[in-house]
Amino acid sequence: MRNIFLFIRRNINFFTFLILQVVALWFLFSYNRFHRAKFLGIANEMTGQINSQYNKVEDYFTLKEENRRVHQLNDSLLNLLPRNFLRRDSSMSLLQDSVPYDTLGNYRRYFSRPATVVYNTVNAQKNYIQLNRGSRHGIRDNMAVIGSDGSAVGVVVNVSPNFCQVMSLLHIQHTVSVSLKRTGDLGTIEWDGKDPRYLVLKRIPKTVEIKNGDTVLTSKVSFNFPPGYMIGTVTDIKLDNTTGMYLLKVKTSANFYNLQQVHIIENIEREEQVRLFEETKKKIEEAKKISR
Amino acid sequence: MSDLLRNILRFAFFILIQVYVLNKIPHLHRFITPYIYYLFILWLPFSVSRQWLLVIGFLTGLILDYFMMTPGLHAAACLLIAYVRPFIINILAPKDTSEFNYREPSPKALQWTPYAVYVFILTLLHHGYMVFLEWLSFGNFLDFLIKVIATTGISMLLVFTAELLVPRKLKFRTNTA
Repeated sequence: MRNIFLFIRRNINFFTFLILQVVALWFLFSYNRFHRAKFLGIANEMTGQINSQYNKVEDYFTLKEENRRVHQLNDSLLNLLPRNFLRRDSSMSLLQDSVPYDTLGNYRRYFSRPATVVYNTVNAQKNYIQLNRGSRHGIRDNMAVIGSDGSAVGVVVNVSPNFCQVMSLLHIQHTVSVSLKRTGDLGTIEWDGKDPRYLVLKRIPKTVEIKNGDTVLTSKVSFNFPPGYMIGTVTDIKLDNTTGMYLLKVKTSANFYNLQQVHIIENIEREEQVRLFEETKKKIEEAKKISR
Repeated sequence: MSDLLRNILRFAFFILIQVYVLNKIPHLHRFITPYIYYLFILWLPFSVSRQWLLVIGFLTGLILDYFMMTPGLHAAACLLIAYVRPFIINILAPKDTSEFNYREPSPKALQWTPYAVYVFILTLLHHGYMVFLEWLSFGNFLDFLIKVIATTGISMLLVFTAELLVPRKLKFRTNTA
């Protein structure tokens, strides 16, 4: 027994090294696909404070570009306004923001909140974006994030009281359901971890006719993303002969290098949709078991 | 300035440079990620005990990890070089210790060639181990090799640029001087 203690004492450095190494690897490998890291909540608050200080300075450098985009979006919204007023009673359309139903029976499904990017990378293979909105502002996991020019950016994966962490489209584990604007075919978009300007669109069968420059939009069948927001345009068409599906290279319409102002979009009925989905799965599986 | 204060400032400086300059610059190539923050560990004074060296290395890596959302990745790599550092210094340091009164590793303390070897070995270990851990979850072997070599190359470049740019007070004050 004494010898064991002596042995440990003599090699104390090596054992410290081993223990800390195991702790580090445990941190690394327990960082699972739900992106819940150890102590991330506390660390998120701390890095968030520093990041927002840094961001105050950094914002000045891209102000001009950002102004142009905001102006563009404002412009397109202004163009939409008169049409709304023509269609329905103006007093009613003013009320639309606060009540879920308007007189035509249209109801609000998506709700948007503005947010500012405080930290963003494009160099890693798993890129995250940090925004200055958190659970105190009503942000929850799985809300979609749209850039200031209306192009898809990512999905909220973690929330602290004042900040939230967004899994960017530039993340090798991120897949989003999308559709082609011209033909309406559904596919999934992924990132191969190579060039942050291009994404990969998969699962479009070769029977579909595709041209360079086709627009890719978020699909109607996603729980997170509202339909019709732009992902990018097709720049390169390749056919994967083993699967009979296309491998399309898509240029992102969001500029991930200088994101600043974004919208966080909440699907108000997401919980109900997911619950229905899960319950259906359970119901069918149970029915299968019984019939066997 | 005391050694402690000097190293705390240096630590903050390196982490901020790494997070807000090197991680932000436009993407050079998908294989090349410039790293310099680990120079903090290479520059720690000779007088730091091996136990403390391990703890400091671990915390340095962990703090960077929380900025980069990769908990444990850099911590593991930093820990490795913090553990190996004393062995390398033992091999490379001049043997006649009577006139050896330098504070920390530097080209002057070790001579240029041994110092370059010291930096090169630790850089290679750091990047090799880190890219290896990344590679376990994603990538193929050729990517792994090229990434280690390219990243090591650009980091060596950065380290020697830093070496030439940053003036350091290197000697202890002794009675004889």
